[in-house]
Amino acid sequence: MPLEQFVPFIPEIFLAIASFVLLVGGIGLGRRGMRPLALGAVGSLVVTGILVWLFGRPAGEPEVILGGMLAIDTFAVFFKLLVLASAILTIMLATGFLERFRYGGGEFFALILTATLGMFVMASGVNLVSLYVGLELMALSSYVLVGYCKLEVKSNEGAVKYFVLGAMSSGILLYGISLVYGSLGTLDLMEIKTALVAAPQDNLVLMLGIVLMAFGMLFKVAAVPFHVWSPDAYEGAPTPVTAFISVAPKAAAFAMFLRIFAGAFSPEIDHWRSVIWLAAAMTMIFGNIAALSQDNVKRMLAYSSIAHAGYALMGVVAGTAYGTWSVLMYMLVYTFMNIGAFGLVVLLETRGYAGETVKDWAGLSKKAPAAAAGMLILLLALAGIPPTGGFMSKLYVFAAAINAGYIWLAVIGVLMSAVSLYYYFRIVVQMYLVEGEEAESGAELVRDRWAEGVVLVSVLVVMAIGVYPAPFVGWAQGGLNALGLM
Amino acid sequence: METQYAYLLNLICFVPLVGALFIVFFLDKENSRAIKMTATVVAGLDFVLSLPLWFLYKTDGAEFQFVTKLDWIPSVGVQYFFGVDGFSVLLILLTTLLGLIAVYSSFTAIAHREKEYYVFLLLLQVGMLGVFCSLDFILFYVFWEVMLVPMYFLIGVWGGPRKLYAAIKFFLFTLVGSVLMLIGILALYFYNSDGMAAIGLPGLGNAPTFSIPSLYEIAPQVPPELQFWIFLAFFVGFAIKVPMFPFHTWLPDAHVEAPTAGSVILAGVLLKMGTYGFIRLSLPLLPDATIKAVGWIGWLSIVAIIYGALVAMAQKDMKKLVAYSSVSHMGFITLGMFALNEAGLRGSILQMLNHGISTGALFLLVGLIYERRHNRMISEYGGIAKVMPIYAMFFLVITLSSIGLPTLNGFIGEFLILIGAFAHKWWWALFATSGIVLGAGYMLWMYQRVFFGELSNEKNKGLKDLNLREQWTIIPLIILAFWIGLYPKPFLDRMAPTVDRVMERVATARPEAALPMVVHVSAVDQHEEHDEAATEHGE
Repeated sequence: MPLEQFVPFIPEIFLAIASFVLLVGGIGLGRRGMRPLALGAVGSLVVTGILVWLFGRPAGEPEVILGGMLAIDTFAVFFKLLVLASAILTIMLATGFLERFRYGGGEFFALILTATLGMFVMASGVNLVSLYVGLELMALSSYVLVGYCKLEVKSNEGAVKYFVLGAMSSGILLYGISLVYGSLGTLDLMEIKTALVAAPQDNLVLMLGIVLMAFGMLFKVAAVPFHVWSPDAYEGAPTPVTAFISVAPKAAAFAMFLRIFAGAFSPEIDHWRSVIWLAAAMTMIFGNIAALSQDNVKRMLAYSSIAHAGYALMGVVAGTAYGTWSVLMYMLVYTFMNIGAFGLVVLLETRGYAGETVKDWAGLSKKAPAAAAGMLILLLALAGIPPTGGFMSKLYVFAAAINAGYIWLAVIGVLMSAVSLYYYFRIVVQMYLVEGEEAESGAELVRDRWAEGVVLVSVLVVMAIGVYPAPFVGWAQGGLNALGLM
Repeated sequence: METQYAYLLNLICFVPLVGALFIVFFLDKENSRAIKMTATVVAGLDFVLSLPLWFLYKTDGAEFQFVTKLDWIPSVGVQYFFGVDGFSVLLILLTTLLGLIAVYSSFTAIAHREKEYYVFLLLLQVGMLGVFCSLDFILFYVFWEVMLVPMYFLIGVWGGPRKLYAAIKFFLFTLVGSVLMLIGILALYFYNSDGMAAIGLPGLGNAPTFSIPSLYEIAPQVPPELQFWIFLAFFVGFAIKVPMFPFHTWLPDAHVEAPTAGSVILAGVLLKMGTYGFIRLSLPLLPDATIKAVGWIGWLSIVAIIYGALVAMAQKDMKKLVAYSSVSHMGFITLGMFALNEAGLRGSILQMLNHGISTGALFLLVGLIYERRHNRMISEYGGIAKVMPIYAMFFLVITLSSIGLPTLNGFIGEFLILIGAFAHKWWWALFATSGIVLGAGYMLWMYQRVFFGELSNEKNKGLKDLNLREQWTIIPLIILAFWIGLYPKPFLDRMAPTVDRVMERVATARPEAALPMVVHVSAVDQHEEHDEAATEHGE
């Protein structure tokens, strides 16, 4: 294997080294070293981003490296940069949080970096083996991150549930992969597609394999009915981790989902589409309805994340180029609006798990008008109200569904986004509308410049996408230049 | 691309936004005087800026004037496309005038959280003006939804006792309607471009565009079945906004709980969004479906007219009475519109202005007395003409305007609508007239109970008459009421191109086209009506 093949792989190699350095540095520095370690982690992620830009971009046409394991294309670059952005924002959210809750930072940052590495592989893998390895690296890092607050019972509980169900879903996915391999004799996505185009199949083993892989992927994006792990994991995890696992792994899983289903399995779309259709509809309906009755904001946002996976799945159902880039656009906006909203939850959390209930937001518009306004914008974005990016991203997934003829799915989607407004606005009601004694809550915003910066960046990005979406749409459409997809 | 004076529309639409941002960032929330001054200056400036539209609009020129057309999201054909015709000019002027009145009528009525209040009021104005200026569907939709947020806060923060319920009900009702409208917009968009192959609709293959004037051009080619579904999607959005029976239930709650200025804007401008949408979009874009829908929309309008009037008559609360009278009046507007003839359309557009003027003024007047007594029950009053003569006079003029007395604005609008309705179906006019009679009944009865008789309630004896500022909230509206009542020609001239266009588009409909869609159970009875209506128009 010629050595030049490793050049586009430099970002990943750098990321792996950086995570080891942070791990060892964390042991050496202890808790005093939190800020330098955080700066080191953010710095390495920024450098990784630069390296992706320098070496990880395709020169022209997409190419494969490392014996057909990874693809170098704009699709991968899009997701890599998105994942990097969420990792950077997460570390900035987590630093102050870990200090306040007296946890060490070295392992934390190292785990974020390894998870990011896993997601890099998920974004660029074009072989079922490399995709699976990336997925597992991401998943194992996330399990530990969810249980990071080892003294909190909820954190442990969430981690165990996440681990058990995550391991099971990986098993299902792996079983599906083995059935596909058994019937087609290859793990390479391009070869799978070629084989399916050449000889369309409907043998039971292959269908079972595809369906099981769909189930496995639906587990990873937390689609109904495979979502049961996520509310507990999201609620129990330290909030910055919740912010992270609700966006980055989801985005990476969607990258993998698109690469496998809209790419390799696209000749068999009539066989798997109805499964995804049903999952998308159920996810939107159940996620939104279940969120209505949540009093814990983290849990509410967890159900809302489930619902958002449902909207993004509409793009997968469409199975068109339009559908694919609408998913990219959706993940872009979703990443920022969700991290921003969780960022404000982080800022409101004071001790233990206080600051998590809806009531804790009471009267925030008086105490901290800027924070309340930021949360209002993020919630409007989550509900899909213009002029925020949330509207712009929903517009394209609905458009993709209608374009592909799935009008009823789009109708379910728009009606459910109206339902979602009700629970998002329960927070708005507390922040702005309640008055007098009701507006007194024990929760106070903590001062944390980094976390405030995260919220500010998220709000600005979400507004920028809403007001001038053209360049962002351009990037998402640029991501269509992907190996095995179109 | 820009045409002459195009900057005017952009200025009118975004001056309130600049004003709102200025208040947010530069004024202290304790500095109530500066906030009120800024809000008034901004709203006043906006009104002054909108006046040239009245003079510069050429009634014999191109359909859409003051056009700004820039790429917004070029890859999917979304443009920043502003432009107006006479119809939107009239509504823009109404909006800026009521916006100004809403600001300066709130000086004493709003005592807490003033900074947020004026910010939301100005933001609301941006949304409303944007809707009337937009000629791109997505831009239109963006402004359409932007309006909801400030209105939610106006009701929810400064409203009455049940404000939380009323605010979220308002938001959810209108949101459900508008998201379904979005589906309709997208279906039309894809029909014009690459189609929806999976359900057997190949599409026309044009360059993708959301431009409303471009879509007007392809309207006659849209198959009737698709038109029906799009019409239905638009209908839900607009009918909730109007609100038409049976979608009206959010209105009394929202009106009763909203602060005075909120009610004025809600009645004066927000309700017009629905009827504006019908005339700007449904009628010219979906002529086939429109003609088929005339029968059942006529029935819904008649039910709204009579039901609204009867419920209004039974109200004990003045504000609720005015709110239900809105349901009745909006029924007139939709009835005139769906008569689908020139008189009906003209009357309908004029009545949109009239309703804004007279109902806006009624809400202001009810708000003025509420500020003094914190009570709106009719039974609490009686004989207050003796202590508040100016108030009583103003109230009388507006009452008469609302019930359509000749020489006042309401008469012209209702008369035109009746002509239109009669030309369509004589019994439409019959029902509509009975609505007018009922309207005169409940309005005059309320007037009598509040203003005449013994001044029996002790609390009313010390009531102060209107001060100068309060008088000036009403006077402009009274002047307008007389102007339209005595010399409506300038108004009718300005709406003529719009009316002509709608008539022209409706005439392109293919009434003979079969009705292949599934007819809803409720519509089966009126099915024969459709065909009759259709043949009439075919002739």
